[in-house]
Amino acid sequence: MGGDPADNAIEVQDLHKTHPGGVKALRGLSFTVAAGEVFALLGPNGAGKSSTVRILTTLSAPTRGRARVAGFDVVEQPQEVRRRIGYVAQTSGVDPLTTGRENLELQCRIFRLPTDEARRRIDEILNLLQLEEVAERLVKTYSGGMQRRLDIAMGLIPQPEVLFLDEPTTGLDPHSRAVMWQEIQRFAGQGLAILLTTHYLEEADKLADRLMIIDRGQVITEGSPDELKGRLRGDVVTIELEDAERVEEAREQVNRVEGIHRVLVDGSELFAQTAHGASAVPAVAATLEKAGISMVQISLSRPSLDDVYLNATGHAFRSAGGPAEASS
Amino acid sequence: MKDFLTDTWHLYLRQIRLTQRMPIFLVLSIMQPVLWMLLFGQLFRAIIKLPGFGTDSYIQYIAPGVAIMTALFSSSYSGIGMLRDIDSGILDRLLSTPVSRNAVVASRVLQAATQVALQAAVLVVIALAMGARPQGGLPGLLLVFLGAALLAASLASTSCGLAFATRRQEMLIATMNFIILPMTFLSSMIMAPDLMPEWIRAASRFNPVDWAVVTARLGFEGRFSVELATHLAQLLGFTALCALFVSVTFRRYQRSA
Repeated sequence: MGGDPADNAIEVQDLHKTHPGGVKALRGLSFTVAAGEVFALLGPNGAGKSSTVRILTTLSAPTRGRARVAGFDVVEQPQEVRRRIGYVAQTSGVDPLTTGRENLELQCRIFRLPTDEARRRIDEILNLLQLEEVAERLVKTYSGGMQRRLDIAMGLIPQPEVLFLDEPTTGLDPHSRAVMWQEIQRFAGQGLAILLTTHYLEEADKLADRLMIIDRGQVITEGSPDELKGRLRGDVVTIELEDAERVEEAREQVNRVEGIHRVLVDGSELFAQTAHGASAVPAVAATLEKAGISMVQISLSRPSLDDVYLNATGHAFRSAGGPAEASS
Repeated sequence: MKDFLTDTWHLYLRQIRLTQRMPIFLVLSIMQPVLWMLLFGQLFRAIIKLPGFGTDSYIQYIAPGVAIMTALFSSSYSGIGMLRDIDSGILDRLLSTPVSRNAVVASRVLQAATQVALQAAVLVVIALAMGARPQGGLPGLLLVFLGAALLAASLASTSCGLAFATRRQEMLIATMNFIILPMTFLSSMIMAPDLMPEWIRAASRFNPVDWAVVTARLGFEGRFSVELATHLAQLLGFTALCALFVSVTFRRYQRSA
């Protein structure tokens, strides 16, 4: 346990980070992660996710503000923090020229696990992450997914109070990503707090108890996935147009439909937010038909985290990374 | 202190294991001093006819010098391995654990020093086979290994320091290349001091490579003297200075993150 039994796993207060050269990575970030909670930091590249994790793992010092991890101040008592965390960085950090087991053994030695306990723990973790069969192979022969699982195994070795997963599935194919989610779900929720950064909305939705969307080093919005979706109140009407050229014209038309309070645009698609989806669909369809704009399809859905992001930042968050235009 | 030693040992074992995984590297490292010994022994065979070497066997004169030369060339690029650890995220992962910071560097420096000491041992065997006679006996040979190991530790520290300071392989290689050759020739490694131009002899007095060469050569020849002690002391001082350099640059590296 941390310095004070009543402590949260992570407490961040007004964190600022200005890199040499003046780039402001963090501009007053504050949040709290309870013990045993899975918390996701969600944001596009450059939002400040990794900067936050690097400060919390004592790899980087904040320019201003305070952060405590497992009850200890990251600047004042870094060694205490390091004893209680597992860190899985974006870039691997396992040695490609040694075997999986050797990497884990070194990690055990660093955390001063007695030999017997180390052996038991390594076998247990290899089993948990389904790495037993490749444990004696050099890491450079691993697939991306295997290597990522070994990274996580390294982080779990010290039986941390807080585990940091910095974009654990970035660069993995969809299948490996799904496997990884299962793995994470397996060890999450056993008293271990997890701070996860991701730019996949689906990932945060699936894994996190609570999430925070950040952009340019600042908080955009925060809450549980359901809360955030609930805040959008109502439904989203998605309209796909036949002619992408007419998307602006269509937006103006849909905006005038009664009961539609916001229309966002992404490519040839319109997303209309409404409190009453059932009546909005025919109204939107009729309006567009009258204007002579043909649709490929129109559908009604509950808001997703995509919509949360779209709503909070005013621009679309497509994991595919397509160009996004916004309006309100 | 205990944590430092324990961590240094475990990280050192990792370094050794990495070397073992590259058998060709091992073979090349062993062959290098052998090759140099043969080359220098042949090329400069006639040089010994000049007065000033204090021996009639150039092999006898050059053997301790080649041991030091091996140290120069084997350890100067030690920082490249450190850069690999930086770029691959291994260093960050280590630094997020409670591992002793000094052990991260010390393990690599120790690896360079032991590798060079081993190469020097191989070289001595070859020199004996070629007719050299180490009048200093075992203590003298240990001084050869010590001189080579200390210089290797100094240069590995400098090289790692450059890795932290520049974070660029090109800069590291260019800088080390820039200093290695002048340091080699501004010393009594292959040429007797009496035969050097005055300015080179003067410069060699401030050259850590020369301190290592004199330590090794006086030990090899069994001339355990004040001259040997002063040169060894200067070499130790230089090693400490290089350790300070890498420690400062490493701390700056960690702060700049």
